[in-house]
Amino acid sequence: MILAFDTLLFLEKFILIVVVILAALGIALYTTFAERKVAGIIQDRRGPNRAGPFGLLQPLADGIKMIMKEEIIPLTSNKWLFILGPNLAMITAMMTSAVIPWGNKVELFGRVIDLQIADINIGVLYIFGVVSMGVYGIMIGGWASNNKFSLLAAIRGASQIISYELAMGLSLIALLMYTGSLSMKTIVEQQMSTGVWNFFVQPLGFLLFIVCAFAECNRTPFDLPEAENELNFGYHQEYSSMKLGFYLFAEYINMIISSAVMATLYFGGYDIPFVNEAALSASWGVNIVAVLGTLTLLAKIVFFLFVFMWVRWTIPRFRYDQLMDLGWKKMIPLALINMLITGAVILWLNK
Amino acid sequence: MQALTNRVKVLEQKPMTLLERMYLPNIAKGMAITFGHMFKKRPTINYPEQKRPFSPVFRGLHILNRDEEGKERCTACGLCAVACPAEAITMEAAERKTDEEHLYREEKYAARYEINMLRCIFCGLCEEACPKDAIYLTETFAPANYTRQSFIYGKPDLLIPDPKTQPDAFAQAQGKLEAHKANMKAKNEQ
Repeated sequence: MILAFDTLLFLEKFILIVVVILAALGIALYTTFAERKVAGIIQDRRGPNRAGPFGLLQPLADGIKMIMKEEIIPLTSNKWLFILGPNLAMITAMMTSAVIPWGNKVELFGRVIDLQIADINIGVLYIFGVVSMGVYGIMIGGWASNNKFSLLAAIRGASQIISYELAMGLSLIALLMYTGSLSMKTIVEQQMSTGVWNFFVQPLGFLLFIVCAFAECNRTPFDLPEAENELNFGYHQEYSSMKLGFYLFAEYINMIISSAVMATLYFGGYDIPFVNEAALSASWGVNIVAVLGTLTLLAKIVFFLFVFMWVRWTIPRFRYDQLMDLGWKKMIPLALINMLITGAVILWLNK
Repeated sequence: MQALTNRVKVLEQKPMTLLERMYLPNIAKGMAITFGHMFKKRPTINYPEQKRPFSPVFRGLHILNRDEEGKERCTACGLCAVACPAEAITMEAAERKTDEEHLYREEKYAARYEINMLRCIFCGLCEEACPKDAIYLTETFAPANYTRQSFIYGKPDLLIPDPKTQPDAFAQAQGKLEAHKANMKAKNEQ
């Protein structure tokens, strides 16, 4: 059998990948700026406002600074793994964006184009697989640095991520029992057709998921791997220049992706609230509605990014034993209970 | 054990209630506080563009004063140098020539007058010691510099503008000077 090679499909997906990656990088760039600005505003300061109007060129200045710095590879480090670490962190952060539906279909040049790189029927599982690869970035980076603080931080990070991945998966199982599908696109379409976002069906599940997402992204209150004041910057202590930049950047891209996942799974993805998209498409055309949907998804992502920052500047860091206590003794039992209740209700309703 | 004073404050450490152990209500409370702070007035000002006013008794860089005709008032008596607790002031006196009467008010003047701004503690004792109204502390401060030598301010740095050649600049400096004098007077009368 000869596999049919659709050049146009290849081209369309390629353009979509480039756009998504560039958009993710651009948003991540400005998320660093937004983080500092939000920190400033919450702490009654002004935040960066010197570079360009309102300080909007600040991320560029930061980026140029990062690139221009001296690239140091410690003599006693494992050179290959040392370079592999940040790259792995960056690649895994980017890979997750493949299964997220960024919008509805658009019609261009007589073709119907899906605003999703790959609509695979195990989308949620794929995200889990890739996200758990992310821990290798931290682990390899910390180990290859040949520095005890880095190693300690890497071990901490790895055990933290593994602990919270468990609760995250369990909290999602309840959602998947309700939706009956692992495809991100199908989950969004279900929410669009019923008009009820999964958040209202699974509030506890969402709460568990968002807490786990904080832990997975190594964000405060769970930023133990890079606890500045305990481990002097943790697993990326030996890193400099753009390799450090990759680690920091991967964190922000992870934030964006997990915001997108939360918006998609629990808040209707590109569903515009209180609007019937099908009726609107008939009068306005498919493309305009698809663009509006994508903007809605972006708005939801921005909101979640703000929540990430808001929490960071509110809550102090957990102690390590408290972190483990919360993860194993509270999150996992709660997720299990949530799962049981959801299963029971679904069985009862089907009867 | 018996308490040594009656100021002992016993702290009760109760185990956390269920609500406290759930974290979330308290986290929500904290987040409400931080959200409220987003709308508070910010005490920060954009420094180089905006400046805070100095306090009326602020003591900054020194100036050497002139009289209305632009003659230097300083007679190099050395009282300021004697009064200076940081020994920041050095001077050399010289005798006024007959053709220099438009430059110096009295027969003796300071040929060299230097203040080391790194030594100076801006106490204002020189100003109080001066019998000729010649030295005053203004509302400016020494700008940063790279060398120690540049912090030794000589006469060209210290003298206020000549009212004959630069009347506007003199008036400006004088205006501040007058306000300063009034403030010092008010402070002394208190």
